[in-house]
Amino acid sequence: MTRITVTVDGAKYSDDVEPRTLLVHYLRETLGKVGTVVGCDTSNCGACTVHLDGRSVKSCNVLAVQVDGHEVTTIEGLATEAGLHPMQESFHEHHALQCGYCTPGMIMQAIDVLNTHPDPTEEQIRLGLEGNLCRCTGYHNIVKAVAAAAKAPGAAAVSSSKVGD
Amino acid sequence: MIPSSFEYVAPTSVEDALAALAEAGDEGKVLAGGQSLLPVLRMRLNAPEKVIDLGRVEGLRGIREDGDTIVIGAMTTHDEVANSELVKEHAALLAKATAEVADPQIRHRGTLGGAIVHADPAGDLGAPVLALDAEMVIAGPGGERTVAAKDFFTDLFETAVGDGELLTAIRIPKHTGWGAHYEKFVRVAHQWSIVGVAATVKADGGTISEAKIGLTNMGSTPLRAASVEAALAGKSASDVADACSSAADGTNPPSDLNGDADYRRHLATVLTSRAVAAAAAG
Ligand SMILES: Cc1cc2nc3c(=O)[nH]c(=O)nc-3n(C[C@H](O)[C@H](O)[C@H](O)COP(=O)(O)OP(=O)(O)OC[C@H]3O[C@@H](n4cnc5c(N)ncnc54)[C@H](O)[C@@H]3O)c2cc1C
Ligand code: FES
Ligand code: FES
Repeated sequence: MTRITVTVDGAKYSDDVEPRTLLVHYLRETLGKVGTVVGCDTSNCGACTVHLDGRSVKSCNVLAVQVDGHEVTTIEGLATEAGLHPMQESFHEHHALQCGYCTPGMIMQAIDVLNTHPDPTEEQIRLGLEGNLCRCTGYHNIVKAVAAAAKAPGAAAVSSSKVGD
Repeated sequence: MIPSSFEYVAPTSVEDALAALAEAGDEGKVLAGGQSLLPVLRMRLNAPEKVIDLGRVEGLRGIREDGDTIVIGAMTTHDEVANSELVKEHAALLAKATAEVADPQIRHRGTLGGAIVHADPAGDLGAPVLALDAEMVIAGPGGERTVAAKDFFTDLFETAVGDGELLTAIRIPKHTGWGAHYEKFVRVAHQWSIVGVAATVKADGGTISEAKIGLTNMGSTPLRAASVEAALAGKSASDVADACSSAADGTNPPSDLNGDADYRRHLATVLTSRAVAAAAAG
């Protein structure tokens, strides 16, 4: 067992983990943050996307021990008491989900796209979401939701603390 | 799936990492960005007893100038390489090829050193590094040595980095002002290259004076298209197709579900002529 201390969605946690524990399993099973999901075995689907120190990563392809001392934001850290995050609102507004399985990862990656390209072209949105698969294939509305969110204030904020500022 | 159990160490210096590697012997495995190693461990294709994480080693990350050379630390991420002003100005080919690797999430974690040592023949970074005549800096128990890219890639997933050694940096001679293009051929988004061509070209007033071309997935290692390079010297940048027709000479491409060897040979000539034309245009 290895002791790690991690800030997740603004709260600090210290836990003993087996070195082979994947970050996604630490989030889901140790912390109970089941909003982040696993969609594949090959790190292709992006459903498990979270932010590590403000940049998107696939949490099935990171070990929990690697994030010792770092900061993670999951889909559960986006909404505030004031309401949903602007990207969540935009997905809702544009019907950017069907079964919803890819949605947590899509939203986390969509926020990363806006961090990289505050005023993205459609191509930049599509390339930015290249590592996220939607098996319901509802890509068109997802792209529309991201484009619309780009016009909303605060849509690129990477953590709940920043949204409220 | 999850990996089988292993012991984890996170040294903070190259010396400590080398010591941990020496102690673990055959049972040790170096972890960089983990974007190739973790899938391998999860599929249980490998089960090391000790994983040595380079993520906390000082001095392995970052990009700097050293006279006529750009020095990239082995632990520098794909995202950092692709967006570096220094790399874009002096080794544009590497910046462009790196932007084509995988997807944004993987580029935030994966490292140049990890991709080079992993040496997957379908990986996109061997060809540009080879075309740019880079040198790899390798640290081992006996000190540091430097290996030219042309001697570095030895076979499928094999490099000059020996047991107990670490790649610490990639040194790239400046190619300031050279046009560059990486032409990656895939059928679906964020796939590994079926064939890729890395071309960088020095052109004066519409005439190519020098061209360097690396091929991805045309053999067990990245390859240089030497006969095309020779044929392009002195050619007009607007008429390169003939000179590129020998791109597949001396290659030994694989046959797999994405295409057989003949198809890849055909692709290599077409993609080389596209890559050279685009590189010559800027
Ligand atoms: C879904 C997916 C798609 C991908 N698509 C592409 C693609 O299109 N093109 C492409 O080029 N790559 C692709 N990759 C691979 C990606 O580029 C990896 O980042 C890269 O191959 C490995 O870098 P890493 O830092 O993650 O290394 P790791 O996975 O940590 O290590 C890889 C290997 O190198 C060894 N190693 C690493 N660093 C050192 C060092 N400094 N010294 C000695 N040994 C070392 C490790 O022991 C291991 O054997 C993809 C990966 C995934 C998961
Ligand atoms: S579960 Fe992580 S990429 Fe599919
Ligand atoms: S909405 Fe079903 S997978 Fe995307």
